[in-house]
Amino acid sequence: MKSFFPVVTVVAAVLLIWIIAVVPMNMHLTADQAQRDGLAVSPDTPIARQDFSGLGLAVHNSHLIPLTYVNVRPRLPSPHQIAIELYDTVIDKKITSKRSLVYHGWVTLAPTLLGFAIGTLLGIMLAVGIVFSRVMDRSVMPWAIVSQTIPILALAPMIIVVMGAAGIQGILPKAVIAAYLSFFPVVVGMVKGLRSPEGMQLDLLRTYHSSNSQGFWKLRLPASTPYLFASLKIGISASLIGTIVAELPTGAKAGFGARMLVGDQYGQPILSWAALFAAAITAAALVGIIGMIERGTLRQMGMKPA
Amino acid sequence: MYERPKLQSLTPSTTPTQDADGLSPLVIRASNLDLTFQTNDGPVHALKDVNLEVNKGDFVSFIGPSGCGKTTFLRCIAGLETPTSGALSVNGMTPDDARRARAYGYVFQAAGLYPWRTIGGNIRLPLEIMGFSKAEMGERIKRVLNLVDLEGFEKKFPWQLSGGMQQRASIARALAFDADILLMDEPFGALDEIVRDHLNEQLLQLWARTEKTIAFVTHSIPEAVYLSTKIVVMSPRPGRISDVIESSLPRDRPLSIRDSAEFIAIANRVRDGLHAGHGQG
Ligand SMILES: Nc1ncnc2c1ncn2[C@@H]1O[C@H](COP(=O)(O)OP(=O)(O)OP(=O)(O)O)[C@@H](O)[C@H]1O
Ligand SMILES: [Mg+2]
Repeated sequence: MKSFFPVVTVVAAVLLIWIIAVVPMNMHLTADQAQRDGLAVSPDTPIARQDFSGLGLAVHNSHLIPLTYVNVRPRLPSPHQIAIELYDTVIDKKITSKRSLVYHGWVTLAPTLLGFAIGTLLGIMLAVGIVFSRVMDRSVMPWAIVSQTIPILALAPMIIVVMGAAGIQGILPKAVIAAYLSFFPVVVGMVKGLRSPEGMQLDLLRTYHSSNSQGFWKLRLPASTPYLFASLKIGISASLIGTIVAELPTGAKAGFGARMLVGDQYGQPILSWAALFAAAITAAALVGIIGMIERGTLRQMGMKPA
Repeated sequence: MYERPKLQSLTPSTTPTQDADGLSPLVIRASNLDLTFQTNDGPVHALKDVNLEVNKGDFVSFIGPSGCGKTTFLRCIAGLETPTSGALSVNGMTPDDARRARAYGYVFQAAGLYPWRTIGGNIRLPLEIMGFSKAEMGERIKRVLNLVDLEGFEKKFPWQLSGGMQQRASIARALAFDADILLMDEPFGALDEIVRDHLNEQLLQLWARTEKTIAFVTHSIPEAVYLSTKIVVMSPRPGRISDVIESSLPRDRPLSIRDSAEFIAIANRVRDGLHAGHGQG
């Protein structure tokens, strides 16, 4: 709750900047439209207006400012336009409708969750290998790092095409890309967490002559829990981004990524922006859910988040 | 900087072992033990020519200035550190074999409880590893918690306890599996005088009842004299034994024994040994 006011303040500041920016961004479009609708505009030719900045034009035509907020195809939609579009496509539309953002959201969410599960599992297994085997430490870690330097935008279409050629379509190729992005933070966090027990905690187990697997289950794994959750929060948002990126260049027909692209291609920016916001809200919700599980788990373990 | 202390020439008292035959009750025997740590700033001579014999049922205290190798020697006995040269045996085995045979309980300088386990869970840790039955675990946890006055704290997490209570819990953890040897590294260092007195008394009772062999590191002269049958005075750079004092106090010791002339005489000898080690005697 302590973070409530700072968060609200930041959100309010961003909204304010946004609302102010809508005017100059849309002024030229609005002026053109207003002229067609028979309103007085100065200067009165589009070419002459090109000599003005959006701001300059707004000063000369202050009576047109309210109209910049209700453009049908704005350059920058105003917040309330996006809110209305979101309400319309999330709550009003039937979930089965192809225009429902809930439907598109699920199309994106399913591979996100599947990819996140695969990535997390893979990440944990690699981390365990790295911590317990020198050879894996030397061989896997550099490749894991290199894997993250390849731009996902370039890689995603390749993976989709290659998997498609192998007859694999639908949820799986997207999940693979989501997993590709989410395994890395899990590896890094888990390696750090599994190595976090200090000398004395390890020595204690040695005095009991405990086995490696006992050391893992009774010391390393519980010690790594806070690190794991920190990684999962990064991993889940990376998964969502991976899935959306996978939808963008491949002509996907559904999903947040497809909606963003459709809005772009058909000149309906409000559509793109609504999809963008829905994706951001989804990411926040996913991170929030993991945060709640984290708090519950750590409280049960008598620990505080790392 | 430190001149060679005079007492160094005194070889540690070797009470003639009546048990020179194979049935020796010797629990710990160190001869010519040397340990040098290789560090980035060059070698650190932590133990030099350490000779010591500890019999079954002894209560040995190690006292000496910071950095004189008390912890290092205890860790050698526990098989957590390997001497550079010399011989060391525990229960007639190498320290590492003794460790594998779970011959000792170790109380570290800091409590070192696992934060995600309750106090009961922490005490259960060695029992789980050693494969005790569920019923036996519960019984033992109750018993050792009782021993260190922590009844009712079984379900609390470490951060809910004071530092002193955590240290007592770590002692309970070391007692839980009934090893014959107890290695304790300044277990009461963080406690106030009154709690310390109380725990000293309890430790003596426990020792008398169980006939454990206890190796105990402390910085406190009265504590060392009150508890021990044998006091090992150590001096630093390089860490070595400068005196070994066999206590003449009876095994049954009320706290009031600390006012006796005998007690004070022993304490004075320990103090002299410490000063000699510092190159001031
Ligand atoms: N792992 C290590 N690596 C390098 N040097 C070490 C290591 N452990 C201990 N030493 C050094 O060995 C010497 C003895 O250390 P030790 O911890 O045994 O002292 P101590 O008598 O227990 O001191 P204190 O009373 O402060 O606990 C010190 O000079 C210390 O710096
Ligand atoms: Mg020490």
